[in-house]
Amino acid sequence: MGHIVIRNLNKHFSERRGARRTGNGAGGLAGETISVLDDVNLEFENGEMVCILGPSGCGKTTLLRIIAGFDEQFEGQVNVDGQPVDGPCADHIFLFQSSGLLPWMTVRQNVGLGLRQMQDQAKHDETLREYIEIVELEGFEDHYPHQLSGGMQRRAELARALAVNPELLIMDEPFSGLDFFTHMKMREEVVNMHDYIGKTMLMVTHDIDDALIMGDRIVVMSGRPSTIKLARKLDFPRPRDFEHNEELSRLRAEVFLMLGVPYAV
Amino acid sequence: MRNNRFKLKYVLPVISFTLLVLIWELLARYAGWSAHVFPAPEQVATGMLELIADGSLFKHAVASLYRVTMGFYLAFLIGVPTGIVLGRWQFARTLLNPVVQFLRPISPLAWIPLAMLWFGIGDPPAIFLIFLASFFPLAVSTMIAVTAINPTYFQVAANFNFSAWERIKLIVVPAIVPAVVTAMRITITIAWLVVVAAEMIAVQSGLGYLILDSRNALRMDYVMDGMIAIGAIGLLLDVIMKRLGRFESTEWASG
Repeated sequence: MGHIVIRNLNKHFSERRGARRTGNGAGGLAGETISVLDDVNLEFENGEMVCILGPSGCGKTTLLRIIAGFDEQFEGQVNVDGQPVDGPCADHIFLFQSSGLLPWMTVRQNVGLGLRQMQDQAKHDETLREYIEIVELEGFEDHYPHQLSGGMQRRAELARALAVNPELLIMDEPFSGLDFFTHMKMREEVVNMHDYIGKTMLMVTHDIDDALIMGDRIVVMSGRPSTIKLARKLDFPRPRDFEHNEELSRLRAEVFLMLGVPYAV
Repeated sequence: MRNNRFKLKYVLPVISFTLLVLIWELLARYAGWSAHVFPAPEQVATGMLELIADGSLFKHAVASLYRVTMGFYLAFLIGVPTGIVLGRWQFARTLLNPVVQFLRPISPLAWIPLAMLWFGIGDPPAIFLIFLASFFPLAVSTMIAVTAINPTYFQVAANFNFSAWERIKLIVVPAIVPAVVTAMRITITIAWLVVVAAEMIAVQSGLGYLILDSRNALRMDYVMDGMIAIGAIGLLLDVIMKRLGRFESTEWASG
């Protein structure tokens, strides 16, 4: 489960401020719309780790929000497991770019959000402990989010997402704001987690190396209006090594170029 | 260093109060006003002991506190849910907010004639005035706090299939606690201001009545005792409200 098909997806924002600004003859009409996603066609296999790259503000987050069901104002078809998306649900968990942990709840309460329906108290506690152990937050169960470091907050949110055993995990820049070492550790943890649970994961990132190291599939989007510049499967063995795998290093240079960054400044 | 700061926290207020009494004493002694017009601290202290001894200060303070408590909690019980409804429901906000904003600036004291006509004399009109004074700040602060909740939390709620009741219980209520406690601190002070004014007109007890009655008897020392009691209780109410807001689960808002 977690098979995603996107056909002819178009998304516009009506730019009210823009309409006022360009209203005095600069060619803008009142109620002008800005195209964010332009005819996006994508297909992700079940269980894939998909990394989406693109310049700032290109609509990566918008794409994720549409797949998660938070944004229903679009044209085209977005199917998850053969069903058109219909609002958010606990099978498609979204990890927010800024922390989505509820600040008034402890780690235990936050992670327990997805287990509210569980009747059996012993099983509930067991599952809770299991997921807190997976992200190595034992001993921090009764801490509030603001008492945790940035990396621990991300791990707690990851545990909360995994605890509901979702078919699809959607992550919006899960490593942003983390220091270098925490970033590296988190990357490893997410890859291991993906190997372990085998569910489809979508991840938006700014980091080309993240995408090439983690992804089973990489998607590169252009600036606004966003089109798909590249969508390819990455069949490289892990651990991935840019220096010794020529094809991977060629691809890396290509992606850098595609994103308009001259490689190796 | 930490210990010093702790000491200063208690020593400095004592110094400022001592200074206040000192200035008062100097004015009473050298300004040349009659003791009937400007009683000295000693005279006021004697009067205070008399009022405490015959139980009247306690009786009046309890009467005032009863009215404030009743009016304030009534306003809390109705105002906070009203604020939540206005904050969560755009339609209700558009419908009712103009009316609320129209009624809000009317001083509760302007309602005194109507309150007396509707509720007679005694506790009910005073409680009604306290209610009016407390309801609007509580409802409006709650409404603003609810509209300010980070929309991400509602998306989390949608993602984890929260019911409407769970959205209120697990998101809205805990999110607004810090703002509502602050609003309660400000509002209890307003309520306390209003009860004294209301007691000067509508009732035969309470600290406001004590002041009015003492003025009629030309006992300015008792008037000042009434004022001191009002100030002291006001200070106490603020301390209690501040304590109320200190849960571990609300510390996220102060950081």
